Amino acid sequence: MRDARGNIRRPIGARLWLSGGWLTLLALAAICAPLIAPKDPLMQDLFLGRMPPFWMEGAEPGYLLGTDSLGRDVLSRILYGARLALVVALVAGTLTCVAGATLGLVSGFYRGWPDRIISRFVDIWMAFPPVLFAILLIAVLGPGLLSIIIAIVIIDWTRFARVIRAEAMSQGAMDYVASAQVAGRTRFGTMLAEILPNVLPTIVALLTLEMGIAVIVEAILSFVNLSISTDSPTWGGMISEGRTSVHQAWWVLVFPLITLFLTVLSFSQLGEGLKDRFDPVLR
Amino acid sequence: MTLLRKFLLRLITTAVTLFGVAVIVFIVIRVVPGNPIAMMLPPGATDADIARLQAQYGFDKSIFEQFLIWLGGVMQGDFGQSISLRQPVSSLVLGRLPATLELSVVALMIAVVMGGALALLGTLYRGTRTEGAVDISAGMALSIPDFLWGLVLILLFGVLWPVFHISGRISPALNTDFATNFYLFEAILRLKFDVVADLIAHMFMPALALAIPLAAIIAQLLKQSLKETMHLDYVTLARTKGYNENHIITREALPNAILPTLTLVGVQFTFLIGGTVIIERLFSYEGLGNMAIDAVINRDLPLIQGIVILFALLFTLVNLVVDMLYAVLNPRLRHA
Amino acid sequence: MSGYLSVRNLTVALQTGEPILRSVSLNVAAGQVHGLVGESGAGKSMIGKAVLGTLPRALHVISGEIWLDGVDLLKLSPAARRKQIGATAALIPQDPLTALNPSKRIGPQITRRLVDILGWSKQNAQARALELLDEVHIPNPERVMRSYPHELSGGMRQRILIASAFAAEPKLIIADEPTTALDVTVQKQILRLIAEMQSHHGTALLFVTHDLGVVSKVCDSLSVLYAGKVLEEARMHRFFMHPVHPYSAALLAATPTYTNPIDSLLPVSETVIEAVEQEVLEHDIRASR
Repeated sequence: MRDARGNIRRPIGARLWLSGGWLTLLALAAICAPLIAPKDPLMQDLFLGRMPPFWMEGAEPGYLLGTDSLGRDVLSRILYGARLALVVALVAGTLTCVAGATLGLVSGFYRGWPDRIISRFVDIWMAFPPVLFAILLIAVLGPGLLSIIIAIVIIDWTRFARVIRAEAMSQGAMDYVASAQVAGRTRFGTMLAEILPNVLPTIVALLTLEMGIAVIVEAILSFVNLSISTDSPTWGGMISEGRTSVHQAWWVLVFPLITLFLTVLSFSQLGEGLKDRFDPVLR
Repeated sequence: MTLLRKFLLRLITTAVTLFGVAVIVFIVIRVVPGNPIAMMLPPGATDADIARLQAQYGFDKSIFEQFLIWLGGVMQGDFGQSISLRQPVSSLVLGRLPATLELSVVALMIAVVMGGALALLGTLYRGTRTEGAVDISAGMALSIPDFLWGLVLILLFGVLWPVFHISGRISPALNTDFATNFYLFEAILRLKFDVVADLIAHMFMPALALAIPLAAIIAQLLKQSLKETMHLDYVTLARTKGYNENHIITREALPNAILPTLTLVGVQFTFLIGGTVIIERLFSYEGLGNMAIDAVINRDLPLIQGIVILFALLFTLVNLVVDMLYAVLNPRLRHA
Repeated sequence: MSGYLSVRNLTVALQTGEPILRSVSLNVAAGQVHGLVGESGAGKSMIGKAVLGTLPRALHVISGEIWLDGVDLLKLSPAARRKQIGATAALIPQDPLTALNPSKRIGPQITRRLVDILGWSKQNAQARALELLDEVHIPNPERVMRSYPHELSGGMRQRILIASAFAAEPKLIIADEPTTALDVTVQKQILRLIAEMQSHHGTALLFVTHDLGVVSKVCDSLSVLYAGKVLEEARMHRFFMHPVHPYSAALLAATPTYTNPIDSLLPVSETVIEAVEQEVLEHDIRASR
């Protein structure tokens, strides 16, 4: 199918289904982890260290995806790791979205001094290397789930604020906004009733994107050993361990990496797909 | 006149931004629980010892006083003394900066070549399966951040087909006498090709990991921009003059399509430089970012401050250069 | 009747199969001006694009022949066709504001093609460009050659595009609504200029427009296009005396200045300029009321 300019329009159904399907599966796995995980994810058995996955020679029955150097079951750790990853994705993603989108809307629609102050802060934030900022914040706040969530919100609100500000600004310049005000709506009412619905597709797309980013940030922090305590399995922690023993036991790195890869890809594809579907102009 | 004013205004906002960064880092890292001085002394040190060292680093004064002292030093080029490495911050940071700059520049070059080639390919074969393939691969590449690409590359080129080094910057055996810390640029200029090959073998994977997302952005933006340009009348006119499609894309459309892409690539390049922090860690590459993570873990406050300020300065410089490039490339601004 | 440009039974359609041009035929004799008139959306610009090989990608030639200088363009390979077009034909585009490359100076936009495609020496191309800019009444041609498009007015840019079209002495020029995007006062001058250049160079001209008034002043013959079909092809004064097709008659009746057929009997070549000026004057008077 092509549109008027000859651009190919791909069906958006497939990627929505695939990415949504993977994330649903992951959410189910996270919720049911205690029921479906074949082993205790923390149980160490030094005699069963670095066992390969089931199809390879020397595999230990019951350890489908092999074990790490401490003899812990890789599959069970991935399943339990999904819990932390998804909690971070949902909570940190949503909070970041609310904070950033609100500031962006106010900045872009009200203009004036709120815009100047918010934009100045965005400029300062843009001058920080985000990963370093995150690591610094975790060092200050101390490791833990709450610290990770706070750090993500503090670092990434600008991502929403910048985009939503620009969108609110261009929407605010349109005639329908002026006519809404002529019709007697308050400024705040106009922002909620006229501007917000029009920037909502962008907000939704950014939100799902942000969820993927939150998962990555958590993984990066685990990777530098700054996430949460070592007794909760995390994908980043597994990757960190797998990275050091990649030549001896590649599966310790590969399986959590594939999981992380698919999850991040699904979040962003879901965002793009939803944006296409809900964008009133494209639809 | 207006150009000068614009430039001055830019300088002022840059100064305000850097000042803001300094204030925020200063406040954030001084709220750190845990005493950095206590960490550097052996266990069993007396309170008097700790107090003496704290006074030496100025940690006994109020945050405001500390900031003024630090700022006074910075004005004279003195960024203080690293606590963990016991050397001046400025020399430590400047010693590592070349490694990070080389990595970023090589990554940028890879991204521009890859992204540009994909955009041209997609434009030349627009409306065909090739364009669809370009769109899909760019979309994928963009969705996955540099950290994950780094891990994928380690598996591909470090384990599955081990052709590149997965850690370090240079093989120790080759670590010969360099006059500067710009190993790659120096080796190229001195025509030491064995050293160049070794450096590239180390740098290739981290640089590619950093380059892939940026290449995807360039491919998408430039292709979009090119396709819009291809509908304009002067392109049609060039067609009637007998030029072939390659000439029309590269000579007529490209110079005009590059401009809108350029500004966005500038911002994205600062993201790329920010990405070196974790990528250097992943590949044990001895640059600024790797040093920064160690500094945070060691609570080395003066060093953290110095590195963050240097990054911020680097980012604002990149944006400044991009704006100037834009002015140079755009005839409308050049003659305004 | 066959001409220098002869389009025969040309059918162009969208990929969906919906036809845009239905078996269109028209002829432009050497050295003559042929008008192509129709409402917007009738497909008149598509004929020009089909001849020049610049149809949008969504459109395809289904059948027909396009003879230019004794060669059927549709039988040539794309490369050969490009070469043939480049050597024998040129386009005066509709919108001078978008038809010059904004990142290049004027000089190279006229000369590069003479050097690249036609193999002229740089000096010759440069001299030729200066001569042509002078011919289209551009003051200070040396300075204009060094300018960027955004530094010049719309009328100036259209003059440059006309000069550029005539640069290689093409046998055929297609003018695609060349005055539509311009101010009324400038339209007059540009129309006069095109007529002047055409008669001076003896080039065949296919003049695409929606304005029957303009056609009557500059053309020797015309085709009336409606919904992708040619309704009537005729010599100028025969058309104004006895429009054959009812649509032509309606079109004629709807063109205010030309309801009186006597006006259309003015011989074209000698009185073009006065007539065009008169037309614009009347137009201005109407507009000011």
